[in-house]
Amino acid sequence: MEKLIYLDNAATTKTRPEVVEAMLPYFTEKFGNPSSIYEFASQNKKAVDEARGSIAKALKAETSDIYFTASGTEADNWAIKGAVEAYAAKGNHIITSKIEHHAILHTCEYLEKHGAEVTYIDVDETGVIKLDELKKAIRPTTILISVMFANNEIGTVQPIKEIGEIAKANNILFHTDAVQAFGQLDIDVNELNIDMLSASGHKLNGPKGIGFLYIRKGLKLRSFIHGGAQERHRRAGTENVPAIVGLGKAVSIAVQTLQERQEKEIALRDYLINKVLKEISYVRLNGHRTKRLPNNTNFSFQFIEGESLLIMLDMKGICASSGSACTSGSLDPSHVLLAIGLPHEIAHGSLRLTLSEETTKDEIDYVVEQVKEIVAKLRSMSPLYEDFVKNGNHEK
Amino acid sequence: MYSEKVMDHFSNPRNVGEIENASGVGTVGNAKCGDIMRIYLDINESGIIDDVKFKTFGCGAAVATSSMATELVKGKTIQEALNITNKAVMEALDGLPKAKIHCSLLAEEAIHAALWDYATKNNIKIEGLEKPKTDIGEEEEEINY
Repeated sequence: MEKLIYLDNAATTKTRPEVVEAMLPYFTEKFGNPSSIYEFASQNKKAVDEARGSIAKALKAETSDIYFTASGTEADNWAIKGAVEAYAAKGNHIITSKIEHHAILHTCEYLEKHGAEVTYIDVDETGVIKLDELKKAIRPTTILISVMFANNEIGTVQPIKEIGEIAKANNILFHTDAVQAFGQLDIDVNELNIDMLSASGHKLNGPKGIGFLYIRKGLKLRSFIHGGAQERHRRAGTENVPAIVGLGKAVSIAVQTLQERQEKEIALRDYLINKVLKEISYVRLNGHRTKRLPNNTNFSFQFIEGESLLIMLDMKGICASSGSACTSGSLDPSHVLLAIGLPHEIAHGSLRLTLSEETTKDEIDYVVEQVKEIVAKLRSMSPLYEDFVKNGNHEK
Repeated sequence: MYSEKVMDHFSNPRNVGEIENASGVGTVGNAKCGDIMRIYLDINESGIIDDVKFKTFGCGAAVATSSMATELVKGKTIQEALNITNKAVMEALDGLPKAKIHCSLLAEEAIHAALWDYATKNNIKIEGLEKPKTDIGEEEEEINY
């Protein structure tokens, strides 16, 4: 197998050639520092502002409310740490979910060690946050609700509008980590009552090393990086102009192609889901059947372990990922899969396949065929499957 | 991440399968941690391991260490098999990533568990063999106390 089939677009995406082309001049001929006063550098300031404008337009936000960061992770850290510091007089309580990205969870754990109180809300078996629990968790000291727009592992899209309404009604800030959703779903920060939103360039066919935080006007948020007047004194450091230009371009294209991509990817996603569930036994779909990202599929195959599956898929030229412990670098499988109630051994056997607009039906057919063969091979050497069959169960 | 030898034993594992009426069967590890190894031994009257098979639920390193462990005990005496350490398994595989060393410990333990089963069935004592700790059944009992 010579060809590479890349089905790990939730990990990162291919940078669009148009994006690279837009970036290139800013490395060589247009290398000026946007903070410099001469004419030569003014084009760089203009380019940064244009990119900011494209992003604001995509979110129906004010241009001056977009702040560039080096990553989605930085944006998440800034939103949470900055809010906790700025609103300390009001309280120290944060509400978030059990299935957030580690950029949120580890930040919250860090803040807990420094006096913050955090409530981690449960999700149901499809990964949707429990809104009644969220409402009950609100205290007079609650300053921030942070719930991701869509989950990176199982793709479940959260009831963001409802959460925004709850936050607004209770005068609590609402932050959403939209790293997976931005570029895949239509987002209007005003309609959804979002006060802060994090996103990343490389998840939407933009460059790596660039992200942004949307901060609603009037919101007090402490600076996270000090040392310069960039980003209206809120995020110091010379702007990564080529990456910012690339992000702006990627966002513009994502907005233009959103509907077309959604339709195509949802059709292909559902084709993949139905095919796997039909052709392979003892498998479950993780996440919600319809409230999920257009490009996300996540399965658990009983009696097998995810890393073995990934290595064998890699040998066939297929790039995928898993929530097994071995791939997470810890002894526990993914916190997301455990939060939706999967037993450890089922969580270990998970496989995430995330599509792109370039994914074809032929690729899906090939991948399902390979997964089917590999799962059968791994089961034939699994003591768990042996016990299952010996206990009077047979492959259907 | 893995050595060529590990990849070889993972992609073409030796001695996969079961032995009916085996002289000894040992299962170690637990599904919670994501690794379970089961080793079957056929031991003849002279105390030589005639045949060995394994089944493993686990990562690439777990499969490769099981495969290598079965290769190392095949044709050996009980005492020789008992002396095969996790270090020997790792060396035979040209090393393992640090996070995967526990897989080689499981392989050593699986051999011991199978020998323990053989000794129990035949009511004999194998010099130097202690009751294996990480049998699944026991692990579950421990969790429930």
